[in-house]
Amino acid sequence: MDLRFTEDELAFRDEVRSFFRQALPASIRDNIVAGRHTSKEELVTWTRILHDKGWAVPHWPVEHGGTGWSPIKQYIYLEEMSQAPAPAPLAFGVNMVGPVIYTFGSEAQKNRFLPRIATLEDWWCQGFSEPGSGSDLASLKTRAVRDGDHYIVNGQKTWTTLAQYADWIFCLVRTDPEARKQSGISFLLVDMKTPGITVRPIQTIDGGHEVNEVFFDDVRVPVENLVGEENKGWNYAKFLLGNERVNIARVGVSKERIRRIKELAAKQRVGGERMIDQPEFREKVAAVEVRLKALEMTQLRVLAGEAKREKGTQDPASSILKIKGSEIQQATTELLMDVVGPYAMPYQPEEAIDGRNEPDIGPDWASTIAPAYFNTRKVSIYGGSNEIQKNIIAKAILGL
Amino acid sequence: MDFDLSEEQTMLKDSVERLLADQYGFEARKKHGAGKAGYSDRMWQQYAELGLLALPFAEEDGGIGGGATETMLVMEAFGKALILEPYFASIILAGGVLRHAGNGEQKAALIPAMAEGGLKIAFACAEPQGRYDLFDVETTARKDGDGWVIDGKKALVLHGDSADKLIVSARTSGNARDEDGISLFIIDADAEGVSRNGYPTQDGLRAAEITLQSVKAGPDALIGSKGTAWPVISRVADEAIAALCAEAVGCFEKMHELTLEYLKTRSQFGTTIGSFQALQHRAVDMFVELEQSRSMTMYASMLATGDDAVERARAVSAAKVQIGESAKIIGREAVQLHGGVGMTMEYAIGHYFKRTTMLDILFGDANHHLKRLAQLDGLIREDS
Repeated sequence: MDLRFTEDELAFRDEVRSFFRQALPASIRDNIVAGRHTSKEELVTWTRILHDKGWAVPHWPVEHGGTGWSPIKQYIYLEEMSQAPAPAPLAFGVNMVGPVIYTFGSEAQKNRFLPRIATLEDWWCQGFSEPGSGSDLASLKTRAVRDGDHYIVNGQKTWTTLAQYADWIFCLVRTDPEARKQSGISFLLVDMKTPGITVRPIQTIDGGHEVNEVFFDDVRVPVENLVGEENKGWNYAKFLLGNERVNIARVGVSKERIRRIKELAAKQRVGGERMIDQPEFREKVAAVEVRLKALEMTQLRVLAGEAKREKGTQDPASSILKIKGSEIQQATTELLMDVVGPYAMPYQPEEAIDGRNEPDIGPDWASTIAPAYFNTRKVSIYGGSNEIQKNIIAKAILGL
Repeated sequence: MDFDLSEEQTMLKDSVERLLADQYGFEARKKHGAGKAGYSDRMWQQYAELGLLALPFAEEDGGIGGGATETMLVMEAFGKALILEPYFASIILAGGVLRHAGNGEQKAALIPAMAEGGLKIAFACAEPQGRYDLFDVETTARKDGDGWVIDGKKALVLHGDSADKLIVSARTSGNARDEDGISLFIIDADAEGVSRNGYPTQDGLRAAEITLQSVKAGPDALIGSKGTAWPVISRVADEAIAALCAEAVGCFEKMHELTLEYLKTRSQFGTTIGSFQALQHRAVDMFVELEQSRSMTMYASMLATGDDAVERARAVSAAKVQIGESAKIIGREAVQLHGGVGMTMEYAIGHYFKRTTMLDILFGDANHHLKRLAQLDGLIREDS
């Protein structure tokens, strides 16, 4: 047992770090540091930079553009990226639908979609949740009925992140209403330009527009856009959800956030002294750092074991990554609220700041903090709420 | 990065676990603890035969040359069985002092005897007023001819009542709470002027308050050089904390296992109580704490033997915070999920709860270590 990075891994980390330092446009970096949203153009720019380097989809099989890095190196890569800090590549493409396509898709689908996912020529979004199907996802009702060479899709998806930018959506649809609920579901790829699709924005409590409702009204989808077999979609969805183990804990993001907290706390004065010099505050931060280090080690345990595990089996410890990772992300936003204090109050959405000339109300770093606190409540809800995660652990691991 | 055990390490783990599964069940444990010393000399001899008492010492000193991983494996197994013998007190603590500061003659005189099981040493490093600060030393040692005369009070000396010898920290210069000026001496536990008041601790182990009154020590009693013991003490303490963390993980694992068994067998309202979601989620909380603790123990074990004292302190304190917090969560959930029987002496779970509560306290509780970590600027810094 040796938990230190090897010489090779350390050299790799230096290489990645110096590449990010040199290649990441400063404006993109500064936006992230300030807690602002990355724009579509910025993410496309960054993805193309990574693609030119050959690093857009490191975890994919080599024949589809992957790098062949070990899970630990992939982790180091993502970790360095979050701490640069650079935007993460669009998960819906590279982490979700991409692996489904190269694992279960036809040759034609692989050739058509994978290269455009890697370069972000196609922006993908995810059509899983429905108004009546949240935690109980398999109860979904969006119907797809075969009509010659097409499926006719009717129904509604919701919580569709960044659908406003999307070229394509991957959907779970019901193709056999008679079957047991998990067995009648198929996995369809749908062009967002198809007639009959309507996207309606949902404004979240932070004032932002990340998620949408997507309505399907007699949308004709060519049969060639079915992934794998009809009525086997639930298996592909489970594969997709279980697939994102390398970065689900978001350790790098939380580390970057903690550095930011310390930096800002050194600027804030409370009762005549710097906030960072107050023992109570330092201890609150240190308590989160401990939980984060434990999470990081758990993450590395899972990844180091990955190579040796049978395909399709999971390390029991992997299930805790989502729970702890989301709790820690939320804790960091609470600490930022502590740091900013009263100037968390003015509501100054990004669009308003972008369009005006007068200075911000309060410190120029303050306006994004309360929105981030509100927005980060989502991380313990999406991707299977933490309570659902606990149900899964109780059943699959504890045998209860 | 590699989390796998070597073949030798796997064999070590298996052999310790086998011995304890065979001879250290909960009922057997009661018998082991029934004698005056509060533990079993027969088990101690078996640890010696298995090489466990020689494990952390260097081969040239008569040991086996095991490292942090080996200690972690053994301590974890000991935690699972809730052993009563003074392995931590004698081999990890006092043995740690000898490993890091003993001279050739001291090692030759003491280590082989310890490894054979014939000699037990306790480390008297804490004092009543010092709380968790091991540099808070009011006990004095003054020069007396070639040798020394030691006066003072030592607190909570683990297994101090049954030890053959004591290693004592005493001030040879400076003021109480100075890190400089502390020295270490080894004396016979029954030397003239030593009075030992032994008592049981909450977890069924033993400790002693020790008064030293004009205790004479020879010139060869000094371990390491005069006045410079603090780096040794803090290093030994850091390594000891990593070992305590591993013991706690062993306890946590068993507590989780016992609780799951109970949830799966206890029936109320016509069904096993493990089918209730409110209880399932609490069992999951225990599982999450167990795995986080295991991760932090690996981390601390890896860094506790490093030479960078600050990095070591950060890692060890972080792990102790995790263990202390987890001890509270796992302990209270384990007892709660057991219901009434969790409150009884005759049932195992409460004994694990008591031991893990003491493990939080030993060498600094979660509050103490959180403070220490915060003072050292935490784990995530500009330069990290």
